[in-house]
Amino acid sequence: MAPGALLRLVLAAGALCAAPAAAFIYHDYCVLGAGPSGLQAAYFLQRAGRDYLVFERSHAPGSFFAIYPRHRKLISINKRYTGKANGEFNLRHDWNSLLSHDPRLLFRRYSRQFFPHADAMVRYLEDFAALLELRVQYDTAVVHVTLDKDPQAWNGHYFVLTDQNRQHYKCSVLLVATGTWVPNVVNFPGSEYVEGYETVSINPEDFAGQTVLILGRGNSAFETAENILGVTNFIHMVSRSRVRLSWATHYVGDLRAINNGLLDTYQLKSLDGLLEGDLEDLAIVKDKKGKLHITLRFYLENRNASAGVDSVTLPQDELDNFATRAPYDRVIRCLGWKFDFSIYNRSLRMMPGRGNKNKYPQIKPSYESRGTRGLFVLGTASHSIDFRKSAGGFIHGFRYTTRAVHRLLENRHHGVPWPSALRPVTQLTAAIIKRVNEASGLYQMFGVLADVVLLRENATAFEYLEEYPVGILAELETQTGRSAPEGLFVVLMEYGRNFSGADKDVFYYNRAVGEAQHAWQSNFLHPVIYYYRRLPTEREMKLRPPDWPLPRPAAVHHIVEDFLTDWTAPNAHILPLRRFLENCLGTDLRSFFAESCFLFALTRQKLPPFCQQGYARTQGLAGSERLRRHAVTAGLLEDFSAVDFSGDEFPSRDQLLKDHGGPVRPLQHLLNAKDEL
Amino acid sequence: MPAQKDRWFPSFSFLLFCAYFIPMLGSTSLLQELSPQEYFSGLQAGRASLAYFSPNVSPGAQPFLEQIENSVEALQDYGISVVKVNCPKEDVSRYCGKENAVRKAYLFRGNMLIREFPTDALFDVNSIVANVLFALLFNEVKYVETLTDLQNIENALKGKSNMVFAYVPATGTAEHRAVMEVAFVYGTVHQFVLTTEATLLKDASSDEPDASSARLLFCHCQQATDVAQPCRKTPMEQDLTVLNIHRHLKLMGAPLVTEVAEDPEKVSTVHLQLGLPLVFILSQKETYEADRRTAEFLAWQLLGKAGVALLSRDLVDLNVLLRSNVALKTPDEGVPIKYLVLEDTDEVITLVEDKSKVEQIQEEENEDEEDDDEKENDNQDVQDDQVVEAVSRDKKRELPLEQILTLTEETFHSAVLKAAQTVVLFYASWEAVSLVVLQTYVEVANHLKGVQGVLLSRVNCWDWPGVCTAENVTQFPTIKIYKKGEQPLTYNGMWGTEELTSFIMLSRVSCPLKLMTIDEAEGYLRGELPSELSSYHHTSVLGVFSTATSKAKEAFVEAGSILSGHVTMGMYFEDDALALSRKYAVSPPALLLARSGDRSVEGITLSKHSAQDIVQTIRYRLLDTFPEITVQNLPRYLQLRKPFLILFSDGDIGQLESKEMLKLAKGTPQRAFVPCWLNLKNTPVGRGVLKAYFASVPSLPVLVWVNLHAGGQVFKFPSEQSITQTNVLSWLEKLRAGLEIPSSTLSEEDWKPPLPAYDFLQMMDTTAPEFTLPTPYRHGDGDGQEQQQPEGSEEKATGREETPEEAGLKAEKVQSPGRDLRGTAPRLAGREKQAKRHSEL
Repeated sequence: MAPGALLRLVLAAGALCAAPAAAFIYHDYCVLGAGPSGLQAAYFLQRAGRDYLVFERSHAPGSFFAIYPRHRKLISINKRYTGKANGEFNLRHDWNSLLSHDPRLLFRRYSRQFFPHADAMVRYLEDFAALLELRVQYDTAVVHVTLDKDPQAWNGHYFVLTDQNRQHYKCSVLLVATGTWVPNVVNFPGSEYVEGYETVSINPEDFAGQTVLILGRGNSAFETAENILGVTNFIHMVSRSRVRLSWATHYVGDLRAINNGLLDTYQLKSLDGLLEGDLEDLAIVKDKKGKLHITLRFYLENRNASAGVDSVTLPQDELDNFATRAPYDRVIRCLGWKFDFSIYNRSLRMMPGRGNKNKYPQIKPSYESRGTRGLFVLGTASHSIDFRKSAGGFIHGFRYTTRAVHRLLENRHHGVPWPSALRPVTQLTAAIIKRVNEASGLYQMFGVLADVVLLRENATAFEYLEEYPVGILAELETQTGRSAPEGLFVVLMEYGRNFSGADKDVFYYNRAVGEAQHAWQSNFLHPVIYYYRRLPTEREMKLRPPDWPLPRPAAVHHIVEDFLTDWTAPNAHILPLRRFLENCLGTDLRSFFAESCFLFALTRQKLPPFCQQGYARTQGLAGSERLRRHAVTAGLLEDFSAVDFSGDEFPSRDQLLKDHGGPVRPLQHLLNAKDEL
Repeated sequence: MPAQKDRWFPSFSFLLFCAYFIPMLGSTSLLQELSPQEYFSGLQAGRASLAYFSPNVSPGAQPFLEQIENSVEALQDYGISVVKVNCPKEDVSRYCGKENAVRKAYLFRGNMLIREFPTDALFDVNSIVANVLFALLFNEVKYVETLTDLQNIENALKGKSNMVFAYVPATGTAEHRAVMEVAFVYGTVHQFVLTTEATLLKDASSDEPDASSARLLFCHCQQATDVAQPCRKTPMEQDLTVLNIHRHLKLMGAPLVTEVAEDPEKVSTVHLQLGLPLVFILSQKETYEADRRTAEFLAWQLLGKAGVALLSRDLVDLNVLLRSNVALKTPDEGVPIKYLVLEDTDEVITLVEDKSKVEQIQEEENEDEEDDDEKENDNQDVQDDQVVEAVSRDKKRELPLEQILTLTEETFHSAVLKAAQTVVLFYASWEAVSLVVLQTYVEVANHLKGVQGVLLSRVNCWDWPGVCTAENVTQFPTIKIYKKGEQPLTYNGMWGTEELTSFIMLSRVSCPLKLMTIDEAEGYLRGELPSELSSYHHTSVLGVFSTATSKAKEAFVEAGSILSGHVTMGMYFEDDALALSRKYAVSPPALLLARSGDRSVEGITLSKHSAQDIVQTIRYRLLDTFPEITVQNLPRYLQLRKPFLILFSDGDIGQLESKEMLKLAKGTPQRAFVPCWLNLKNTPVGRGVLKAYFASVPSLPVLVWVNLHAGGQVFKFPSEQSITQTNVLSWLEKLRAGLEIPSSTLSEEDWKPPLPAYDFLQMMDTTAPEFTLPTPYRHGDGDGQEQQQPEGSEEKATGREETPEEAGLKAEKVQSPGRDLRGTAPRLAGREKQAKRHSEL
């Protein structure tokens, strides 16, 4: 508190001397944007008692949702009932809530609809900011961001923000949560006739009896089509890529079933249709009646620009069954959005990603900008990490990655290591089972966030780190402040390797594996546990194949996919996991009743971990008589009270001779456990 | 005289005797020495003899003579006598007179000369016996040099008789002799064929022949029906010795498949007698034909290695699983027959061929009964955790949880404020240990029914993870006791009904209890507590402090909070505390310990004043000098990390022993060891301990010294001595001096994983290389591998279409009768290897 305040004073003083025109306002953390990810970041900063400020262009949070989606139907599910009370588990099926400790701030209290109205999101975000008293400065558009080099600063420089009123702000860490809001525009001859998704009418009546061409093939395109499907003559949709259905790709950003009415009418030959083609090659010419004709840029280039419309060659002139030969009344552009790169000074080196990720800035797997230390990109804009893979571009994904970034920052700047508690190894199986059954971050951010189990104290204890970005596993020690000298487990959720994909038939017969021994062939989302004897190096991380989240482990375990995603079955789920952990650790992780521990304590020099950490510390498990009887019938516990006294049943004379002087082996059957029917 | 008698009635023992003495006696020998006249007149018709004509004892023939002498007994077994004919000097007859006669030996049958041998062909006993028999068995053992000869013989024998074909690298060897000796017996049953040409061997046996070692094949020509086909051949795997060949021929002669209609335990066949296992194919009427084929097929595969019997279930009442289709009987006496469920005859063959695997598979099969019999996964999917298994066997029972309040995220905070004392069990409903404790908790609730001010409740962390995290519950199960205005108390005792009940009750009184008057203090020491607590408390600890010892007082209070629930603690620090301390002869700060049922009060002056030290001291003092060790209290004594001296007794120990042991215990300074006793009636598992020490329960009582923490040796006090302090002490003295031999030593084995895990990494690597996780350094491997990859994938692509070869193989598989055990009874059909998949209901 004191150093921060002091620093602020000094900075203010310095600013006064240097630039009398504009005084700096200093905060440790500046957050750009009060959308879902900006507010989520603010929440964690607030809870940690950090000095932060959120800047919001608009007068209220979530300004994007005030406009978009245009047809006001969110396609993020609002599952109000799951049959379970577990709040963490329920977040797996709540795609709209942000993370907070306040049960009032669960989205199901804001909408009764499965696909809620966008206004509910706006209300929700307002409440989120208000109820949690997050520090947001509204009506402040940051128009320029530059760096101020200073070796004293946390990252060697301060971020200097300038708002529309030329007010300057200085921050040590900049969290960019501006989302992607700049509409993607394609320029081609005639693109001036194209209406944008941002402004196109949403009143179906305006389209009655019209023929419409939609550019783009994302959810916004289909959403637009869905709205006017019933009133148009027909709709054609053109895009470079083929349609990608989210239920086939397991990526929520692809076309959702709720929007795919046009696929239905296309495949049932009800006049609507889909076409593939590069928009860059396209040209639109308007005839005298105001109808729009599709032609190719190629034909126009041979023409004099001043030539009349009628003289333009149309494809159907040469190919008389050209698909889009019918003229259109309207052409609508629904091509999505991109990140606003314009406000960053060149010195910040905010670069667009490569290929289909060019709408996102380039960041590292730690969500830190590749160009500038201390600048983190949160929310939708950070989706380059898992674009077309996981949920990092959506609320139900980035709420977790934002928390992860916060934890990284807590460690880096405040010496607060990644939260974890040291627990005895006997709790390891239960710890993993608990997490894979309820953890929502692992579930939503499959393949991206992973729980990391660090083995300690000669593998008799472990630390459990939740939801660590798996891409920076190699840097774990510096990023978390925890050490991993004795090996580690990484717990991830994954879909089957060859299951998801645009062309895959995800409904093929025998698509789901039911037996634990075939678990590695599981197709649906299921837990996968990697074991490493030491932390993978950065080089190993780099050389891993592109579709693998991690390099080759020493051992790997798959918990077999489950129809109910309930991985608590003792034999199919827990037992194979226990065996995997046992074999990685070289120990016996079974639990024993006190009586067995008593026997071991008096007949062996070493105790199994369960007895060592329980019974030997006066916390034995007595068990009821009834349960002990069950164990006896199962052949897993010997009943000495009922033994016949001649003792001929137990080691024979020969056995005795053989064992004489050698180790005593009590309860042979416990070591080679056997289940009598 | 006796020598002569023995000549005519050779007795084995005498031979042995001679063999033993010949080298020593030197001069006497079995070799007959006759004159030519004697010899020729004595020749009997049909009797063979080997003669050596010696004009004089020439020095060169000496070693040969020695060999001939040595082979006398061997040849005698075949009725061949060996004679040295001493030629008189002047004799110039046919044999004696020849110049080179001395270089030769002559074989006669009757008085007919069969063969003359140059002496250098008879270099040792083996060569003598081999060559002599070879000569005599001219018809029985055909010598062949070319493949055509061999085939001619083979063809001639088809449908008539079997052939024994032997290859020896050279004649006159031990192997040659063995073949000849066997041929002497079996020559009339089978046609023997001998060769020294390795090329013939190449043709006769499929595997790579080794020309340097002799081989023998049994050719089943008698059953050969197809003239064009060569006879089936069974090579002998063992070395060529008389015994092995004899055994092999016996096995070949045995019926291929024995049909059995009696208790398999009683069945005995040639195979069992010869020390080979017998495989039973369990058959049923319905599948008899198929099973018969299977059995025959199998029998051919196992020929010479094991016998095959066809056992009809319809005729024999077997008390085994209906699924079992194969049984294995080993020749070892007393080993019960193993009944197995196998899918392929190959498995039977591996079973027989690989002895070590037998055990493994059998165990597997025995234990496999409940699960899905996929052999590759061992018992990995069979629960071997006693707690988990017990709980899952109990899962259908509904627990009577009425006494226990179920708390939720909403109700938790108000609930813990409601009662004076709220006990909360934090558990996870899927976790086995939690569920065991929940059952115990139900029992505790029954015990505490009607006790005012105690609320038993539970939070299922699987439903309400938020509460559990907020209450800092990181382990399942956890029990916390919430009291108004106090820090919650976490239970750290045994998960048992009594212990938990006692803890809950004792933790109701504040710990330590502040005592106001000296009368109260005295009453406290007498055990005057609220009546409902009386059944739970054992020892009262009273802290006595003067006003000057406030630091120790604080530590005592802190110690009280640690021991709360385990011990009752009181403190008295009024001005007249000194009176109390004087009465019990301690100076404050001090502890006074009063055990219930024991009138005496023990006084301890506190030397160290930290809370931990006080806790230590109290815990230590609470230990008995000669306790009865139980499952519940052992850990407290284990923590001393000292050797144990345990008197095992079936019921209470005798008064005398008890007195002596108590004397011993009291005389032991500073608990150098833990003297204790164990009542097998209260702690039956003690029997298991004894069995581990002595393999069986010895006569009781028995006194045992166990070095639990150092070396693990177990010593048994001699049973003939009576247990008295002096006897035991002197015995302990001897132990210390290393004069006693331990009865056993406790295993110091680590607790390794009981079974392997599924090796998914390997499965990925082998079954589906396309899924393989590449190693990070593949780059270094260069382009070679990269180029190979497409090739591999191409292969994979074409692999779907069968090459003609593969198709042929497949067809053969289908044709070959009974290759698949699936057809046998009981039917294994329908057990698809295909994994069960839950998308089909």
